[in-house]
Amino acid sequence: MTKLSMLDLLGLVVRRDLMLAMRRRADVLTTLIFFVLVVSLFPLAVGSEIDMLRKMAPGVVWVAALLASMLSLGRMFSADYLDGTLEQMLLVPQSLSMLVLSKILAHWMLSGLPLVLIAPVLGLQFDMSGEALLVLVAALLIGTPVLSMIGAFGAALTLGLRGGGVLVSLLVLPLCIPVLIFGAGAVTAVTSGVSPASNLSLLGAFLLMSLLFTPWVSAQALRISME
Amino acid sequence: MAINWFKYSAPSSFYGLAGKLIPWFAWPAALLFCMGMYIGFFVAPEDAVQSEAYRIIFIHVPASILSMMIYLIMAGYAALGLIFNTRLSSMMASALAPTGALFAFISLWTGALWGKPMWGAWWVWDARLTSELILLFLYLGFIALQASIEDPRRADRAGALLAIVGSVNVPIIYFSVQWWNTLHQGSSVKLSGTSMHIAMQQAMFTMLVAMWLYVIAIALLRVRSIILYRERNTQWVGELAEVKQ
Amino acid sequence: MSVLEFFAMKGYAWYIWGSYGVAILLIIVEIMLVRHKRTITLQQLRLVRDAENED
Repeated sequence: MTKLSMLDLLGLVVRRDLMLAMRRRADVLTTLIFFVLVVSLFPLAVGSEIDMLRKMAPGVVWVAALLASMLSLGRMFSADYLDGTLEQMLLVPQSLSMLVLSKILAHWMLSGLPLVLIAPVLGLQFDMSGEALLVLVAALLIGTPVLSMIGAFGAALTLGLRGGGVLVSLLVLPLCIPVLIFGAGAVTAVTSGVSPASNLSLLGAFLLMSLLFTPWVSAQALRISME
Repeated sequence: MAINWFKYSAPSSFYGLAGKLIPWFAWPAALLFCMGMYIGFFVAPEDAVQSEAYRIIFIHVPASILSMMIYLIMAGYAALGLIFNTRLSSMMASALAPTGALFAFISLWTGALWGKPMWGAWWVWDARLTSELILLFLYLGFIALQASIEDPRRADRAGALLAIVGSVNVPIIYFSVQWWNTLHQGSSVKLSGTSMHIAMQQAMFTMLVAMWLYVIAIALLRVRSIILYRERNTQWVGELAEVKQ
Repeated sequence: MSVLEFFAMKGYAWYIWGSYGVAILLIIVEIMLVRHKRTITLQQLRLVRDAENED
């Protein structure tokens, strides 16, 4: 039997997770619908004064993205945990970190990427300019993977525990705050006429840092949860 | 004097040591607290700008400093427990967490009550306040995680990982908020003038030491109960005077 | 300065005593809770020991 390369493993796990998710399309869609709903709630609750909405928009979209990401975290490991697949994964000769990274990628493709794609439509609700929308999409594109990675850490730590989604959120949200600040900050910058470059590059730095550390840390968390 | 420190890394021997040490920290803490309050209220003069209201700093500043130091020490103990597999280190981390959370809360509460008369607002989103709030959430997350895990070893190790990741994140959070704050031109929290009257410095330092001693005393007391519970099935616990009665 | 003036703290009384009051109260509560926890733990240990001695 040929030994799998890291890249092969990545492709395998991502394809598997995507296939499983397609069988439960409802899960993926509910996250997306939740995102749209939450964003749409704000104009209804806060009033339709256009200036205020424009100012609020980045923050609202980012908070909604954060919450939607939290919602879908349960799915990352629990299904495999419950049917014993995760235990098998721990025994795989290739690195567990790579496996976790693959799962994170699949999770992001199912919950982060749709948000990135639908965000411009929502941005229009808040009368955001074309420039602002562009920066919003860029920021979400860089930032949502980070949310998935931090979320993976939380999901791995709380595997199989009662308290479920609320506990994960309590753990993960404080850690996600820098992403929120710079993600929304990038859009606010461009609407105030300042360059979003510094915010976006910091987001990029977070992305790199999380790519380096979160798969390994989450793998350790999985080992701790599975003993 | 060669003290065999490693002897005390076993819960059974540390239990006794902790019990003996507590009064040595508790009483000086109480004494220094009273002294600090005295200096702060009767010796230190009124502030030129902030009048009497500034006196809140004697509890606010020590609480803030300690809430951050406790988190680092907690994370340190947790890391030791994770790396060297020592149960006692993890127990110390768990013992410190509630006090750390308490001081973070006191910092926020006293900060709000200081902010309102001085700067007109109960709350400002400046770097320090926001980071302190997030620190409180990190503490609560640690406590909640450990509370939700039944197996003590898993609780120790999961908590340790969380605490370590959290401590890496704290400076990131601080600088993020600081940057965000400067972009938004928020108000900053400053004491009037850079040179503090000597009595103010003395009061603040005394209160800091007092509260620091308190933290040690209460953590030692708390860890004793943790040790008793975790080691409940051992022989040495069964032989203890307080259990035998 | 009279005692009353002292407590009034030039009008900042609520803020100052509110801060110290809550802080000291919470610290006292913490001490009480930790001591209570010790009492409860010892009680539990004695109960278990008694239950074992019965067998």
